[in-house]
This record gives sequence, structure tokens and C-alpha cells, in this order.
Amino acid sequence: MATTEAFPESLKSLPQAPVTEPDFLHVSKGWKSWAFTLDHKRIGMMYLFGILFSLLLGGSFALLLRTELWSPGRTIVGPDTYNQFFTLHGAVMVFLVIIPGIPAALGNIIMPIQLGAPDVAFPRLNLASFYLWVSGAILLVLTIPFGGLDTGWTLYTPYSLETHTAVMVATMGVFLLGFSSIFTGLNFLVTIHKFRPQGMGWFQLPLNIWAIYGTAIMQVLATPVLGITVLLLTVERFAHIGIFDPTMGGDPVLFQHFFWFYSHPAVYIMIIPGMGVISELISTYARKPIFGYRFVAYSSLSLALLSFLVWGHHMFVSGQSRLANMVFSALTFTVGIPSAIKVFNWVATLYKGDIRLKTGMLYGLSFLLLFTIGGLTGLFLGILSVDVHLHDTYFVVAHFHYVMMGSTLVAFLGALHHWWPKFTGRMYNESLGRTCAIGVFIGFNTTFLPQFVMGARGMPRRYWDYDPQYQIFHQISTIGAFILGISLFIVVCYLMASFWTGAKAARNPWGGSSLEWQAPTPPTLYNFEKPPIVHELYNYDDLVEVAPDRWERLSDAPEYQGAVPVASGSKEHH
Amino acid sequence: MKRVLPVLLALFIGTSAYAQAPGGSAVAPTPANAAESVPKADPTSGSNSPTMGDAGSATTGNNQATSGSAGTGSGSAATSNAPAPAGAKGPQPKAWYDVLADKPIEEQGTFWMPKAVNQAADESDMMFYAVLALSIFFFVAIAVAVVYLTIKYRHRPGHKAEPSAAHNDVLEITWTVIPTLICVFLFWYGWHSYIRVVTPPNKAVEIDVLAQRWNWTFTHENGVTDSDLHIPANVPVRLVMTSKDVLHSFYAPAMRVKQDVVPRRYTYAWFNATKPGTYRLTCAEYCGTSHAQMACLDVDPVTDHCNRRAVVVVHKDLEEYERYLNDKVADQMNMAPVDLGKMLYDKKGCSSCHTVDGSARVGPSWKQPDWGKDIQIVGGTVKMDENYVRESILYPAKKARPGFPNSMPPFEGQLKDRELDGLIAYIKSLKQ
Repeated sequence: MATTEAFPESLKSLPQAPVTEPDFLHVSKGWKSWAFTLDHKRIGMMYLFGILFSLLLGGSFALLLRTELWSPGRTIVGPDTYNQFFTLHGAVMVFLVIIPGIPAALGNIIMPIQLGAPDVAFPRLNLASFYLWVSGAILLVLTIPFGGLDTGWTLYTPYSLETHTAVMVATMGVFLLGFSSIFTGLNFLVTIHKFRPQGMGWFQLPLNIWAIYGTAIMQVLATPVLGITVLLLTVERFAHIGIFDPTMGGDPVLFQHFFWFYSHPAVYIMIIPGMGVISELISTYARKPIFGYRFVAYSSLSLALLSFLVWGHHMFVSGQSRLANMVFSALTFTVGIPSAIKVFNWVATLYKGDIRLKTGMLYGLSFLLLFTIGGLTGLFLGILSVDVHLHDTYFVVAHFHYVMMGSTLVAFLGALHHWWPKFTGRMYNESLGRTCAIGVFIGFNTTFLPQFVMGARGMPRRYWDYDPQYQIFHQISTIGAFILGISLFIVVCYLMASFWTGAKAARNPWGGSSLEWQAPTPPTLYNFEKPPIVHELYNYDDLVEVAPDRWERLSDAPEYQGAVPVASGSKEHH
Repeated sequence: MKRVLPVLLALFIGTSAYAQAPGGSAVAPTPANAAESVPKADPTSGSNSPTMGDAGSATTGNNQATSGSAGTGSGSAATSNAPAPAGAKGPQPKAWYDVLADKPIEEQGTFWMPKAVNQAADESDMMFYAVLALSIFFFVAIAVAVVYLTIKYRHRPGHKAEPSAAHNDVLEITWTVIPTLICVFLFWYGWHSYIRVVTPPNKAVEIDVLAQRWNWTFTHENGVTDSDLHIPANVPVRLVMTSKDVLHSFYAPAMRVKQDVVPRRYTYAWFNATKPGTYRLTCAEYCGTSHAQMACLDVDPVTDHCNRRAVVVVHKDLEEYERYLNDKVADQMNMAPVDLGKMLYDKKGCSSCHTVDGSARVGPSWKQPDWGKDIQIVGGTVKMDENYVRESILYPAKKARPGFPNSMPPFEGQLKDRELDGLIAYIKSLKQ
């Protein structure tokens, strides 16, 4: 502590350690050097641009469908087109944006550096995963010229067996996307097990890596079920073998079991990486170690495991037995407990901190509030008798948007802003960043808070036309959607602009303590120019802000070598 | 525990909201309640007095309705439907039970929910408001903590992070155990109230429900079919439901009842409606193009908004419900074919895809100026006549019209010959 009281003037001119190697963006040139790259950061950047494009696409569908709902009856399109809007919005957002958002894009870019590794364990598999994602994404987008898709992203049978839209194209796309997800999960599992540097035990892992680890387990174990499900659906559609088709003795409800056996864990594939990111953001910007580190780490793992046991709560009114309903309701409540623990720990981390309201932290605090609403409204839906009324209404729509968008996408944005300087080497416009973070928060709540009321009043979801009593709520919601859409669009714009106009980023702009901040900015091909020093996790005592958005570790300064006590892990390197 | 919940509620939502919500339905309906609702059901109570319950002809049924509404002079829906002079050729006056179904929906309630009119839903409503209170409490607590800590410990010149414990086992265990206890409690009461919502008593009026794209067909004990669900008040009603095509879901918000309807399988729902009136009936499981307009009986020609969809009509007692059954049978027997066709057009969901004004919607309009001439079909032409219409109703995919999705369900086995004749007569009547 004493070392941070005052720091010598000489430190203000502390030079960045000289980087002799070119950074990963400039190490090689030409489209081939990107298309065939094995570098996790370049693969991650390609994912990121694919995901941002998909976000734009999915977001456009959202704005179109919100516009259609401005008035009862026809506003801009008819019911068939509307049905395609919400289906494509859901499918694109779930499969192309939220599931790969944090793990595949930002996980690929950041996780190995944060771990102190030169790359992932299987770089070629990593590239293969990316091309599977691209193929899947192309197929999913190709459904639009091939007749669209109007099944809802859930693809429920028997409707998906009968509709004349491009179900087969979509299922093949989802199948490929599933494999992309499985391979990424496998790759990360091995990387986290095998590529930790000396001194980094399991409980020196940043919580972001714990979260990615939990996510990877689910990706590997749950996604194969999705693959089998969409394969069976495809076979059923062209060969009519009678698995799901009731007219041939099949069971349409069986499809729902298969589908949710994957898709419920998938909700946690979406949210757990977000929780990991938030742990990093709140700790870094509050300058405090995360409160109850082990509880937060274990709650990520327990959420990952419990998420496999609760799929039946999507089917309380599907006709499944009362016994099954009782068991699934009870198990569903167990998921609430680790989630609550995490929220309390994040809030407690703020205590006695030195909170810096950078863009990343604004997203972090937004997450806390939005995830709390998402979690609490989940209680309504876990209660059997209340769910009977709320099931398949806008209440559910609002609830899962608070979790999947209000939490996961906000965490994704927070992560993007937190690590953007690290991997692009450029600072974005901070005041625009903060303004848009507030815009996202306001726009999001304006969009989805009214939907809770509509849902409780009995407005079913996936409705093109509605009772006039709901119009005022729909209009507020649509206005919110545009605030949200415009904010997100500006975010993409200023981030892109930062490539040309942004100031050069320092090695450690936010004063982060994890290993990625020791790497050059942007990192070199193998991330570090010298082996990273594993300091005590989330210890910020040693870090000083030598200039705005530029932090240095005192113990790294040449004149302080050996003078400052450092954590045990660092000793081997000296 | 039942005493604790209302107190919680009163604290967080205010007593007025609570009093409106489960209050009315928690108490078993008393004769006083029933008496209060009598004025609202006036047109029908007027028709009640001349005890012609099982009387025969359609005209008597209609006259009852008119005299009833004229007598009170208050039922606006009924008077606006005042029939044309008897004997004149024109639209038949609506039957009294359809006048009831046309009445505006009365679902007053709190800011959050329509008032429950199902006796079994009292506990589940109480759960909703209890969890609402709990959620608001926790959200406010967390939000206040976040805002307070953020302001108090914000970065400013001279301010530094102070050391504090990195973990505290007592605190961690406390905030693990409290949510666990709350969850156990919520699960238990949720389960308890759910059993009440889904377990029908032994004796109940049974009604068969057939869902199909995009209509409900309710078949009563005596064979009467209708797309409005007519039920008696204060008598348990059990629905035996199945679907003809894809998944649907029976959802009556005021009854707090929702149950998916699955093809080739029966699912069940029941409720005991406490208050006569008309209530919304919607499909809650996505079923394709007209999912949002399931059983729509009146589409706005400009906006395509559905002005009147099938509803749940709660009759004031078993006697009135039985009169509905009898009158409806008689009306269906005695209607002129054109009127029968018009009635089926409204009641079988035809109107959600076909117009009668010449404009195309999901399917071609029933107003066909080409009657008797050859028309274009997929892969050839066919003469538009009685045979073609009959075939297109029973097996729509056989000779589909170009430019329309092939999404109409076959009606084979669902219409009697008399009903087919009626539909054909109605289509013919539109050709000018």
C-alpha cells in the first residue's frame, strides 16, 4: 500500500518496454494472411466482425418487427412477413450473435492472453471452427432468398415439418454452427487445462476464465444434442420416418424435450461468459478484488451443471406430466441461488472501492441492474401456477430479453470496450462511449419494461395483430427499440472510426491486473515478448496511473525492481 | 403463511391493488355477487322470463333477444344489432347468444392483470402479487446499494480504494441461505396452487375442443358446435382438447388457464368461472400465418386488424347455458342455406383467410365474379362451380389457385352435407 502513496516524477515518463516484434495486426499482410491465419487474435477479430454484422442484421429485423407493432393490424407488413421477421431476428441473434459473442469472438482474442498462453491449444481446429461458423451463418442467412423461415427460432414440430419455408437450409446452418461451438469449447477446455503458465493455479485464474471454462463444458456436452435434434428434424422433413410427425405416430412434444435439453444450457452458454466479463469489469474499475472469489467461481460451475437439469420449465403447459412439472419447477429454483450469490458478490465488490465510471464500468453497472430484473422475473416463471398464466406471453419475452440482451449483450459491449484498446491498439471516443452506454440502458428499459405489463395482462407473444388496449405499451416499446438501435449503431460507428482517428492505446489503459495487460498493445504474434509475471490476482495496490488511461505496475519499473514485494507467483521469473 | 402474504402485499403494492386482485375470487361466489351482475346480463335476463327454454324455431330465439334488449334499452351491443324487419330479405338478425358474445369484453383489473374470474386461480394470483412485492423489494435494495456505493466510492482527486475483506464466509452463507429459503417457499406454494389450477372436480360440464389453423371448434354435449366458448357460471367446466394440425394453446387470460393443444393427443383444462360476461380467448402457441387472429370473426377491411375474435361467454347460470345449447341446435337446423353458410363463414374461421368483398387475403376472396367460368388453377384450368367449391373445401390442395400459399387445412369429415350446401349457397350469393 505504501508504495502507491506517492510515486516519483521519473515514473511519469516511464517508457513502455521496447517492443521489437511487429504486433499481430502488422506481422503479415494480404488477405491470405487473414484467411489462413492460425493466430487466435486474428481468428477472434474475424469472428468479431462477423458477429457485429449479424448484430446489425438481427437488429434490423428487431426494428422492423417493432415498427410493425406500432399499431394493431397492418402497419408496414402482413402476418407472413412479420412471422419471418421474428423468426429471423431470434435465429440470427441467438445462433450468430449471443452464443458466439463472448466465447468465440472476445474469448478467442482475450482468453489465451489473459491466461498467459501464446495461443489456444489447437490453432488449426480454431480456424476450422471459424469456417464452420461462417458456413453456418451463410446458410442461416440464405434462408432469406430461399423462402424465409417462419417457424420461430424454436423450430417446434409439427409446424416446422409442414411449413413451406426454408427449414432445411436453416437446420443445416444450425447443425454447422453447433459444431463450431463444440470445437471452440473443446479447444478452450484443453487450453485452460494445459496452457496455464507457471504460478497460475486454478484459483489464480481470472473469473473470466472460470466462466469460459464453465461455458466450454456446456458447449461440449449440450451442443451435440442440438446437432442430433436438427438432424432428426431434417430427416423427418424429407424422409417422413415418424419421429416427430403425429400423423405417423411420432411425438411432436419429444422435439421440445430435445430442443430445450440443448437450448436451456444454451441460455447459460450465453449468460455465464457475460458473468465472467462483469467480474473483470467491476473489479478493475472499482480497484478492488472481487468479493468472494471462490463463491463466484464455484457458482459459475454450479450454474453450468444445474442448467442441464431444468429444461422442462419451458414446457410447463405443453402437456407434460404434473410430476415432471413439479420436479422441473423445484430444480429451476436451484438455478436462482448461484445467480443471487453472484449479484450480491458483485455489489459487495464496490464497497470501499475507487470507482471509475469509464464506458466499461457503465456497462458493468447496467448489467448488475438488468440482470437483477432478468433474474427476479424468472422467479415468476418458475412458479408453476403463475407460469400457467404468463407462459408464452410478452412477460416471457421481456424476461429473456433482460437475460439474453440486457445481460449478455450488455456484457459483450462492456467487454468490447474494455479490451478494444488492447487488441486494436486504439482508444475510442470515451465520451461518446459513455453517452451510448447510457443510451443503451435507457433504450433497453424503455423497450422491455412495458412488455412485462403487457404479458401479465395476457398479450401472447409472436402476435402480428393485438388488442387495442396494448397499443400504448407497444408504442413505448417501439420508441425504446429505436433509442437502443441508434445507440448500438453509434457504438459500431465510433469503434470503427477509432481505427483511423483513435489515439494510440497504452499497454494498460484501465489499470487491469490480469496478464493480458502485460502484453504489448496490440499484442505480438505470440502475445508476450517475455514470459508474463503472475501477480497476485486482482491486486491493484501496485498499479499507478502515470498518465490518463495509462497505468504501470510499480514493480515493473526498473528503478523499483526488487524494492516492492510482489506476489509469490512472480518469483520464478526474476 | 396465508396471513403473512396479504400483509406483504399491502406493504408493497398498496391495499387497493390487492383488494382488486384475489379478493373477488378468493371468496366463493355468493348470491349477492350474482345479483350484482344481473343488470349487465340484462338482455338475456329479459329473454329468461318467458320460459321458452327448449322452444324450437330460430325466429323465436331471435325475437327473445330483440325484445330483451329493446325492453331494457341499455345493451348497446344488442341494440346496434337490431334486426331488420321480419320477412325482409337481408342479413338474419343475430341470435341472442351471439349478441352476448358480441358484447365488449369486460376485463377490469389492476394495473398488472385482468381480474381473475376463475375460482381456482385465487392462490396463483396471490402468488403473482407476492412475488411482485418480493421482486420490487430486492430490486430496489440492490439498485439503492449499487447507486449508493457508486456515488460514495466514486473516483475523485484524493480518493483511494481502501482495504477491506476479500471475502466473508458468514455473509456469503447468509446470502446463500436466504434466497434458498425464499425459493423453497415459492416452489412449495407454486406447486400447491398449481395443483388447484389443474385438478378438476369429479363433476364438471365437459366440452370437446378442436383446434386447427385458425379456429376453435367447441363441441358441447348435445352436439352443438361453435367457435365461441359458451359456459355456465359457477359450474366447473372441463375441456378435452386436441388439435387437427399443429400445436395450439388454449389461453383465456381472465381464467388464468393455458394449455397447449397437441395433435393426436388429448390435453385438458378446467375452470370454474365466477362472473358472467365475455372474456378473451387467444391462441398462445405459434401456429403459423394467422396465429394472432385465431378464430377471428370480423376483420377490419383497411388495417386487417381483427375487431372481433372468438370469446369465452360465461352465462349466468346452468339454465341459461342449457337454453343456449337448445336454441343453437334449433337455429342450426332451421337456417336458410345462405344464412347457414354465412354463419359457418364466421364460425369456422374461414374469415381469417377469405374476404367476401373481392379482395385477396391469405386465400382468394369468396366474392367470385367468375362463377360458372373457367378459372386458373396450378397446372391448368377448372370450371368454377358447385363441384369445384365443394372439392376445394374438402381437399384444398388438389386444385390450388396460383398466387396463394397452399396452407388451408382440409375440411374432410368436419362438415355435414347440409353445411357444405350452405357454404356453396353463400359463395354463390356473393357473386354479383
